[in-house]
Amino acid sequence: MGELRMMTRLMLSLVLLVLGAASAFATQVERVTSPGGIEAWLVREDAIPLVSMNIAFEGGARLDPAGREELATVSAAMLNEGAGPYDAGAFKRELEAKAIRFGASADLDTIYVSVAMLAEHRARAFELLGLALNAPRFDKAPFERLRAQMQAVLKQESEDPDTLAARAWYSRVFPGHPYGRSENGSPQSIASLKPAEAKSFLGARMTRDRLKIAVVGDITAEELAPLLDTLFGKLPATGPAETVAAPAFSDLGKTQIIEIDNPQSRVIFGGEGLARKDPDYMAAVVMNYILGGGGFSSRLMDEVREKRGLAYGVSTDVSPLRHVGLFMGSVGTDNAKVAEALALIKSEIERLRKDGPTDEELANAKTYLTGSFALRLDSNAKIANFLLACQLYDLGIDYIDRRNAEIEAVTREDVVRVAERLLHADRLAYVVVGKPQGLVAN
Amino acid sequence: MLKMGWAIAALAALVALVGVVPVAAVAEKGFKAETFKLENGMTVIVLPDHRVPVVTQMVWYRVGSADETKGKSGIAHFLEHLMFKGTDDIPPGEFSKRVARLGGQDNAFTSNDYTAYYERIAKDRLDEVMGMEADRMRDLRLTDEIVLPERDVILEERNQSIDNDPQRQMTEQLLAALYLAHPYGIPIIGWRHEMEGLTREDAIAFYGVHYAPDNAILVLAGDVTADEIRPMVEKHFADLKPSGVSLRVRPKEPPQLAARRLAMSDARVQQPQMTRLYLVPSYATAKGSEAHALELACDILGGGETSRLYEALVERQKLATAVSIYYDGDAYDETAIWLSATPREGVPLEKLEAAMDKVIADFIAKGPTAEEMARSKTVLRAAAIFGRDSQFNMARIYGTALTTGQSIEDVEAWPDRIEGATVEEVKAALAAYVKAERSVTGYLTPAAQ
Repeated sequence: MGELRMMTRLMLSLVLLVLGAASAFATQVERVTSPGGIEAWLVREDAIPLVSMNIAFEGGARLDPAGREELATVSAAMLNEGAGPYDAGAFKRELEAKAIRFGASADLDTIYVSVAMLAEHRARAFELLGLALNAPRFDKAPFERLRAQMQAVLKQESEDPDTLAARAWYSRVFPGHPYGRSENGSPQSIASLKPAEAKSFLGARMTRDRLKIAVVGDITAEELAPLLDTLFGKLPATGPAETVAAPAFSDLGKTQIIEIDNPQSRVIFGGEGLARKDPDYMAAVVMNYILGGGGFSSRLMDEVREKRGLAYGVSTDVSPLRHVGLFMGSVGTDNAKVAEALALIKSEIERLRKDGPTDEELANAKTYLTGSFALRLDSNAKIANFLLACQLYDLGIDYIDRRNAEIEAVTREDVVRVAERLLHADRLAYVVVGKPQGLVAN
Repeated sequence: MLKMGWAIAALAALVALVGVVPVAAVAEKGFKAETFKLENGMTVIVLPDHRVPVVTQMVWYRVGSADETKGKSGIAHFLEHLMFKGTDDIPPGEFSKRVARLGGQDNAFTSNDYTAYYERIAKDRLDEVMGMEADRMRDLRLTDEIVLPERDVILEERNQSIDNDPQRQMTEQLLAALYLAHPYGIPIIGWRHEMEGLTREDAIAFYGVHYAPDNAILVLAGDVTADEIRPMVEKHFADLKPSGVSLRVRPKEPPQLAARRLAMSDARVQQPQMTRLYLVPSYATAKGSEAHALELACDILGGGETSRLYEALVERQKLATAVSIYYDGDAYDETAIWLSATPREGVPLEKLEAAMDKVIADFIAKGPTAEEMARSKTVLRAAAIFGRDSQFNMARIYGTALTTGQSIEDVEAWPDRIEGATVEEVKAALAAYVKAERSVTGYLTPAAQ
């Protein structure tokens, strides 16, 4: 099933991604600066003959002009559709001939490009990456096809209760703001999109001032440095100024119901969270683990699933977008029990704010969050993603070493304070997709 | 996300979606698993990866939904959930919390052929979670107070993963139609009406027969070596009694003589879809290099955006927006090739199917070109090296192979056998198995609201 469907799913999950949890760690991160001044973060790892380069340009679909909400998504996807002398088919065959894995996508805040290869095919992989970045073709035929694929994606999204719920939540909470729009656009907008628009969007957005690079694998700093100039040196230094500001929250406290004839209601709820730079961010990560982020160790899982069998899954998350922090949660429950499950979730949210965590919960949260940090960095692919996220959130190259100490430093007072900021059941917006009984929309 | 107890059907669908490496694709030349066996029959596989001081421990049982008693569908997966509910040493609800307090992560998954439990944890805490796995292999304790709410959980899991999604419901129907006799036609998570009647006694009976060291494989991937870890393994597992479980024998498929067609309409569907399944040999049941030939054939026919089907149906004829193919080769018994296509707006499924059949017929008649073979071999062999990046993936590959009738040698020789497959073998395998009478075709379409 097309890459596009996957892409959509990925984008959604990225929106919900937490950058939280980390520990003091042996991984050595090198800052590599090219002769031309382009910086990359490198973790040298030659145990397996692989190299991966993950690239991000800060600024994704939120920068799409009004009425062109699919622009970043389509533009990024076009990077895989032909470059330099190669049309789309030839470009993909050239990649396959050396088993080079190439990907490009966009979410609300970021354009992502990645390439992974066997070390022996490094030169060819970077050649093809260079073509994609510097000479993408935007041919008409693949562009037409991509538009048709996007239309199918929109139809598939409209069947998927989780996507429906997320789209409804964002559009209701952030009306009129770019975060309230779908990064996959609408049937009408897709139908009228032109290749030239995608080309000029990328030209303006793939600029060196927004560029972040993470490299992991069998390559040295000396080998990487000159390559950075070859790959990125010809990109524009800067692009248009940021036009997007922090959104206001609308309709918090409201419940929306989207009727679908499913046996299970899917619920998304959420409200104001914390910016990644907020001094209370780590306290929020710890608080969230106790409430709903900690799987079977969380209060919500214990109450909703373990004690009552009301749901297969229930969870919460703190997720910072570029211009706003979110506190989000989700649950799926039988239509007849969704009112009971939601009442229970709301009372647990209130209880944690009013009573705070127990000392044992706090200690357990910190033990898990620090102890499991290494599990998030046990493959080249994970390390590359992590390094990129650190750069996008501007956490500093030493974050990997600081992170566990920041978790350790969180006190009960910190958690109580951040719970007072975030945990108000009547300041969350709820979207229910299904045929819920005993719930009223407002 | 909360994954505890994901039925593996979901995984299979994901694998098909993402185009992930076939499970057998593992070892580049040179990578070798270390292995030893305990006297009670338990196989131990060690997959060293010393990049980071963490270990992925998996305990695999050679039992899955295809080993269930008739009328008790879902019990293998239900038991998987109940395995987290306590033993003589661990109180109910404590297992995962204890792992988390050690900074570890745990979960489990069930398929037709296997049930597996895992912990990912810092190396210096492996001893404790290894003890916990050994403990629950023979000493599970269950009460109705624990079992009954969990039955609601698996029913809710069924709602979420199957009944909320017409495409997944269709998949269930397709498998039921593909298998005339073999239990692969029964959903892993179970038919709802049978799940509703599952009891504590059913779970305990299933557990008693199948959960024992002689039916288990311990896989340790990460910062360990066999020499180093053997004393710890013996300390925890050597005293467990084998159950003398016998070889799995399931009903065999009779000759299939008639192509089957299913049509499902649902008001929830917006995007029509067609799916085709062919009954084909697995790595375990194949003769000679048939399975490797089918792996290559599928990659050339529908793997990615350079494949024949993508080129013909998506690019040239503009009939589809997506095509996918998946050869589910890691199965103990006869398995399936999955093909699916998403039509472009306004294209009837009949037209898309006819065009697809033409591409397939042409491929069978003429076989792959030398260039296609070379490209596909490069991609598949490289997948074996890419696969090494994740210790979880490595543990999964070996565990899957050993619970689906394959050996360590099969896993490690896989890249060479892919390399050795010929055009003639690909043609022969296609001609033998990719036949209408061995297939089911399904149309999923929108219904009037």
